[in-house]
Amino acid sequence: MDVTIRKKELVKEFSPMLLKPSKWSKIWMAILVAFILYGLVALVVQLTKGQVVTGMRDNVVWGIYTINFIFFLCLSYSGAFASGVLHFFNTPWKNAVSRIVEIITVVSLIVGPIFIILCMARLDRLHYLFIYPRIQSPITWDVIAITTDLIGCLLYLYLTFIPDFAILRDNSEGLPKWRKKLYTSLAIGYQDTPTQRRRLHKITKIMSAMVIALAIVTYSVLAWIFSLTLQPGWNSTIFAPYFIVAGLYSGIGVVIIAMYLIRKYFKLDHYIRKAHFLSAGVILLITALLYGYFTFSEYFARWFSHKTHDANLLETLFNDYFWMFILANYIGILVPIAIVFFKKLRTIKTITFAAVIAVVGLWFNRYLIVVPTQETPYLPIQDTRPEFVHYSATWVEWALSFAGVAAFVLFFMLLMRLVPIIPMSGIIDYEKKGKVRRDGLTQQQQP
Amino acid sequence: MKDDKTTQNGTNRRKFLKMGLLSGATTVAGASLLANLTSEEELKASGEKIRVLTPDGKMVEVDAESINNYPEAHITPEESRKGIPGRKFVMVIDLSKCKNARTCVESCQKAHHLDYNEEYMKILLLQDHEEADPYWFPKPCYHCDEPPCVTVCPTGATFKRDDGIVLIDNERCIGCKFCVTSCPYSVRQFHWSHKPKFDNTDLPYSPETSVPGEVGTVMKCDFCPDMIRQGKLPHCVSSCPMGVIYFGDKNEDMVTNGEETVRFSELINDRGGYRYLEHLGTKPNVYYLPPVDRQFPLERGFDVDEEIIERYKDVPYVQDMKEKGKI
Ligand code: SF4
Ligand code: SF4
Repeated sequence: MDVTIRKKELVKEFSPMLLKPSKWSKIWMAILVAFILYGLVALVVQLTKGQVVTGMRDNVVWGIYTINFIFFLCLSYSGAFASGVLHFFNTPWKNAVSRIVEIITVVSLIVGPIFIILCMARLDRLHYLFIYPRIQSPITWDVIAITTDLIGCLLYLYLTFIPDFAILRDNSEGLPKWRKKLYTSLAIGYQDTPTQRRRLHKITKIMSAMVIALAIVTYSVLAWIFSLTLQPGWNSTIFAPYFIVAGLYSGIGVVIIAMYLIRKYFKLDHYIRKAHFLSAGVILLITALLYGYFTFSEYFARWFSHKTHDANLLETLFNDYFWMFILANYIGILVPIAIVFFKKLRTIKTITFAAVIAVVGLWFNRYLIVVPTQETPYLPIQDTRPEFVHYSATWVEWALSFAGVAAFVLFFMLLMRLVPIIPMSGIIDYEKKGKVRRDGLTQQQQP
Repeated sequence: MKDDKTTQNGTNRRKFLKMGLLSGATTVAGASLLANLTSEEELKASGEKIRVLTPDGKMVEVDAESINNYPEAHITPEESRKGIPGRKFVMVIDLSKCKNARTCVESCQKAHHLDYNEEYMKILLLQDHEEADPYWFPKPCYHCDEPPCVTVCPTGATFKRDDGIVLIDNERCIGCKFCVTSCPYSVRQFHWSHKPKFDNTDLPYSPETSVPGEVGTVMKCDFCPDMIRQGKLPHCVSSCPMGVIYFGDKNEDMVTNGEETVRFSELINDRGGYRYLEHLGTKPNVYYLPPVDRQFPLERGFDVDEEIIERYKDVPYVQDMKEKGKI
């Protein structure tokens, strides 16, 4: 196989995706931008009037911003985990999904922290975190962990982009000038020589192990923000592993959804195949079982030992949040399990459906962790304004949440305009390897 | 070395304590300080030397006239981190005497420029178990010795001082609200929006007065260190007509409710004093005396606004009473 020719072919194949946005993708982007603008309006309202425009009040001081924060970090963490594993073990079918996973990792790691910043009431004093840092505070740990993680993930993402930047640079006939320049500078002189190749491979491999470690640390610290407090419902020893498993679950879900959409809208059926969905479905099944197991242990222990305060919390969950509880912890776990468990039910569509349920269920599961606990503190909520007792998010919070999701999708789409969503270098590697193996086989067979 | 000094000062203080206690009912045990004297009219022009206890616990002799020139000392946020040396403030709340008169709540609101709906001191209606009668339960900040709120604060905006008081510096608070979620007693509240009263800069801000407030920061009961520095009792203590709340210094082993001054250790041991949710390990500095031999029937507490009664609507006892048409 002539590598140079193949490179050209690939660039040709993918450049429409990079250069000519279809009508649909333009419409989509317009919609996303509209959502983001609406979110910005909400942001201005919140900044000028204060957090009084949110549904948060004295008893429930953390609302859906915090939930979104956990949720997006959860995606990032699981993305890092999955991509680290794919790279580290050089999984054979990794190529089609690895870039999707990496982009999810980075983009959600950018969007997530925005939400926790929205939850802070004094944005003008954000730098106090650095001028008056207190290392004892889990928030400080979080700041350190997230920034390190972000830097690590960006580096890692960039490393995986380099070979493709080089290919694009070398085959850039017909590309606009600015793109050519951009790719030239981004490829930092990568020529795909054996030494460069070996080095890059080595660094990427080291980084892939690092991002797994970083992600686990970051997400554990995040879980500790809750579990290190004394509150009933939060003060749980299994929270860190529970969060990690939950993160994997929702992360795989989002990867499946992204695979589905990309395959559908960019007609990449021959790269993203049913096999990928099936493997992802099996991972979804495994994580669903684990996650269900953790959820069950968490609530079962509380229910069985029924300490007064735990019992109060469960009562709130089963009375005020009955349907949400069913949706999050029964439907959100059992339905995906049922779908992926039976071989006959496993199609691309059903697996994607299971993934959607998993992701939605997990968001509500986070809601049930964050909000009801604050509504059921040790001392009963009395002698306070009645409207301060229960939390319900306002339009400002919803607008900003949807803006966050929109920003996530938009970033994703923009990155897809920069590099092909299927790594071209990976395709070439894969084909080379296939050839070598075939050659090897023939050699063995010939005495 | 430091300890030596404290003991020495301690004896002086004890002497002074007697004077202080004799001189006025509202004087905190041993907390008579410089600023206190500015209010004593007849000393103004006398020119005589008097002995006073300085904020750092030293007994000094000063000219009475010069004292008058001291305005009520403004304690800056930086100074407010130190605390009053040699002190360890405690509060004892006698649950047998509380009848939800809410004067503590109101005087606190007035002193801290709070709205009708903002309370540093809340009065809960608790019932320990099915057989027990409910009782009124005033809840200030407990100024814990192991305060979770302080541990989690990322900027040190909330801090614990040597004298046991936990304060908030609202000029440093970034409004992350982690302290709110980590306080197991739901003590902390938040300034959700800007209010015109925050613009009042007549008094410079001090964490010791918690005034003026600041949008997007936390607030809570501060044990009124400004009053203590003036030799007065916190507002809730001095305003309670029943003398429910005792305040004092654990090092001196004295607490007073404004009418009687008693030994803290005796009060706690004789009357079965306890701290709320002891098992959490937060080591509060607020003690409760159990609601035995009540002085008032519980219903007296419902002698308040309709709106206030509504705040207890989830208590089974109140629902019962409402059904019977008693409130
Ligand atoms: S009662 Fe709450 S706010 Fe007060 S010191 Fe203890 S933990 Fe902090
Ligand atoms: S809200 Fe303010 S006082 Fe509370 S933890 Fe955050 S910065 Fe500290």
